[in-house]
Amino acid sequence: MNHLQGLLQTDPVVAAAGIDLLADALAAQGAAVTRVEWQPPVPGTEEALAALAADPAKASADDAALAALTGTRPHLVGMVPAHQAIPELAEGLLLHAGPPLSWGDCSGPMRGALIGALLYEGRAADPEEAGRLAARVPLEPCHHHHAAGPMAGVISASMPLAVVEDAATGRRAYSTLNEGLGKVLRYGAFAPEVIDRLHWMQAVLGPVLAAALARTGPIDLGALIAQALQMGDDGHNRNRAGTSLLLRALGPALVEGEGPAADRGAVFRFIQGNDHFMLNLVMAAGKLASDAASGIAGSSLVTVMARNGTEFGIRLSGTGDRWFTAPAPEVEGLYLPGFSAADANADLGDSAITETVGLGGMAMAASPAIVGFVGGTAAGAVRRTLEMYAITRGEHPLYRLPILEGRGTPAGIDATLVARTGIAPQINTGIAGREAGVGMVGAGLVEAPMECFVQAVRGLAARWAGPPAG
Amino acid sequence: MTERVEVRRGRYYDSVRLMQASAAAEAAPGVERALVAMGTDLNRSLLAGLGFTVPEGLGPDDLVLAIRAGDPAAADQALAAAGAALAAAPAPTGGGFEVPSPRRAGAVAQANLALISVPGPYAFVEAMDALRAGMSVMLFSDNVPLPQEIALKQEAIRRGLLVMGPGAGTALVHGVGLGFANAVRPGPVGIVGASGTGIQQLCCLLDDAGVGVRHALGTGSRDLHDEVGGASTLAAIDALAADPEVEVIAVVSKPPGPEAAEQVRAAAAGCGKPAAVAFMGEVTLEEAAREVLGLLGRPILQAYTDWAIVDGPHRPGHLLGLFSGGTLRDEARAVAGAVLREIATEAGAAGHAMLDLGDEEYTRGRPHPMIDHRTRLDFLAQAAADASVGVVLLDVVLGYGAHPDPAGALAPAVANLTTAGAAAVVSLCGTAADPQGRERQAAAIAEAGASVLLSNAAAARLAARLAGERP
Repeated sequence: MNHLQGLLQTDPVVAAAGIDLLADALAAQGAAVTRVEWQPPVPGTEEALAALAADPAKASADDAALAALTGTRPHLVGMVPAHQAIPELAEGLLLHAGPPLSWGDCSGPMRGALIGALLYEGRAADPEEAGRLAARVPLEPCHHHHAAGPMAGVISASMPLAVVEDAATGRRAYSTLNEGLGKVLRYGAFAPEVIDRLHWMQAVLGPVLAAALARTGPIDLGALIAQALQMGDDGHNRNRAGTSLLLRALGPALVEGEGPAADRGAVFRFIQGNDHFMLNLVMAAGKLASDAASGIAGSSLVTVMARNGTEFGIRLSGTGDRWFTAPAPEVEGLYLPGFSAADANADLGDSAITETVGLGGMAMAASPAIVGFVGGTAAGAVRRTLEMYAITRGEHPLYRLPILEGRGTPAGIDATLVARTGIAPQINTGIAGREAGVGMVGAGLVEAPMECFVQAVRGLAARWAGPPAG
Repeated sequence: MTERVEVRRGRYYDSVRLMQASAAAEAAPGVERALVAMGTDLNRSLLAGLGFTVPEGLGPDDLVLAIRAGDPAAADQALAAAGAALAAAPAPTGGGFEVPSPRRAGAVAQANLALISVPGPYAFVEAMDALRAGMSVMLFSDNVPLPQEIALKQEAIRRGLLVMGPGAGTALVHGVGLGFANAVRPGPVGIVGASGTGIQQLCCLLDDAGVGVRHALGTGSRDLHDEVGGASTLAAIDALAADPEVEVIAVVSKPPGPEAAEQVRAAAAGCGKPAAVAFMGEVTLEEAAREVLGLLGRPILQAYTDWAIVDGPHRPGHLLGLFSGGTLRDEARAVAGAVLREIATEAGAAGHAMLDLGDEEYTRGRPHPMIDHRTRLDFLAQAAADASVGVVLLDVVLGYGAHPDPAGALAPAVANLTTAGAAAVVSLCGTAADPQGRERQAAAIAEAGASVLLSNAAAARLAARLAGERP
């Protein structure tokens, strides 16, 4: 169809970007005109943005990446020891959150979590020995192994992992199981009670859940998350509804299952007592979507945002495995009694995968219950979600916001839109104590560092081989 | 009787939306029963109770759409209605919250035309984005590199859209003026122009002859360079040819590249409608208007409106033209050149000169002289003080986007000039409906002692005659 004909047969409906006087002249004629709040792009991205705009294949690449990101159908299908899902772990590899990291650059909570993992695996007798060993152990990001972990995100060989599978493709992603709050490995704690809990999770939690899932069959996490958003979760800082829905789905199988009733009861109580149990599963579902959207040539869709406590890193669909990093920012937030900003570690964890797929800070409007906790008002939360539509390619078809009359959450962050608008993705997150073992000290909001997007846009433009226009 | 039961796995909808979808499906003509629901135990038995076959493996996270209708077409229609109700994209104002302003033209829902006037180095990204969002683009911005212009125009052709510009100052779409445009009456003429002031002058001449304009599409001054190949001009000719309300097409351009000129002439001749092609330098805008009037079968004006002709004695000296646009300057120079030899285009020449003060060389960071008259006021003051200047020729452009009261800004300087003994001739490009009030503008300039004429060519002829007279 020739759209030009349409233009000439009807009154023009004008979008005006630039000089106000021209929009004024249209308004004075009574013409339909919408003013655009335009501003120059983030400095250093001008040439890259022009080169990418000249790529005739980019729009369809972005469409394909968005369709993959929002079209994945995550199902919780089972539990598996980590070394079975990721064989390299059996050879001593440890995984961590965020972009690649060496022991020397690790923050306090990351060091604590690595030490704890070595103690848990029995590879060191005490924390000192574990610390010496940790400096020599190979480290790789979870994201390099189809996995995601909250906070330190450390995965070692014996931990049980949740297996999340895409119904259509059979593709899989993994996450650890959430330990609860207080002294936990993911915040860098490695006291005996932490290690004991990890052993219980390995011996009881994983196998009991595996048996329960064998009875229930695959649990549709996409549908659970969609319902949880209707019930006040954002999928990142609030997972109370999602955890409840999950427990409801597992309940009959836990009650009717075989094996010691005490174990089944303990598993039921463990999940019931941990409002964040669902978070790790949302993250695995997010990682599945992220993987599906990865590797589409020319697309500037953000597939990963992750932090290792030292650096914040992002990846784009069209730049493959490359990370674009910047120093991890401080989190703006509220602190638990007895803690202050002085106790806070820099931003940490793979949980920003939730924002990457249209949850968490992107879905802030869904979660009026936590806006006070993250330092805002309910109206402000809605406004922040509305602002995020300016940097996403689309809206999530499944994850919908009741307060916006069912509008899909902003999904598919486009690095070129971030660079053009200067609006950074908003992330809801917990705050880890800077000392190993302190645990969670607060929660708040953080903006992804603009520098990551500047580099990423330039990196993508450099990769695109077409002739530059201008 | 047709029964349709469809399952969409893992699609969660809240019960309110499901009830809306059921109602929408049941309201479709020829539908006996419709149920749109999640596959819970309750709904599975409800489905069975209604006599539908319950699909294998239907679970509580699955959406089921069940329709019983008179015939397959009615069932399809009901399914579509249910799907539409489920998909119903809420308005971006969903929830009644104040929605942040869009950050890019391409994000404005429902827009069919992006008017982009951001600084040139950023214009390409915005314009391409708008094209990919399905909008035609009027690119007011200057300083857009030629390869970017070509890329934009190629994308527009692929998408059946139009790029007006870069540097497009004037357009008129369905009666709405964009950029600098005069308030012309609606009518049977469609104009394609690579020159903003050329389009404005032609619109005003036709208006003076009682003929209106339906669309005037600017193309940017480089469109008819051979590198661009007239991409927008050809697309605009096609579009105007396809518009049943357009009876005659006029193409106005600065001198084009030879290949592009050939293509444009061929397109105009083959478009199926009478078309006048006016390449400046070959014909004047008066001649173009005359051809259009002839093609329409309308009476041809012997002379266009004038408000004052001051034919009295003036101090001897050469002609100085102070124009706000290149096209009117070029036309005046060609017309006057028939009488006066050697008309320079740079300031400081010893003899006759005609300057385009809209050129970057003179604006030096100031707004365009159609908005801001300071540069012309400086030149007028110099001319009054320079005894070698005998005649000054000016264009004054009215219409949307232009200065709200150009006569008020210029008249004192013109009076100063005529008091000093020089002659002043003004071509007043405007229509009676222009927001500045054309008659009031003309009267104020005439009051300052200047001749005032609608036609730029007629003004140039008068100025040349005055400057050519031996004292």
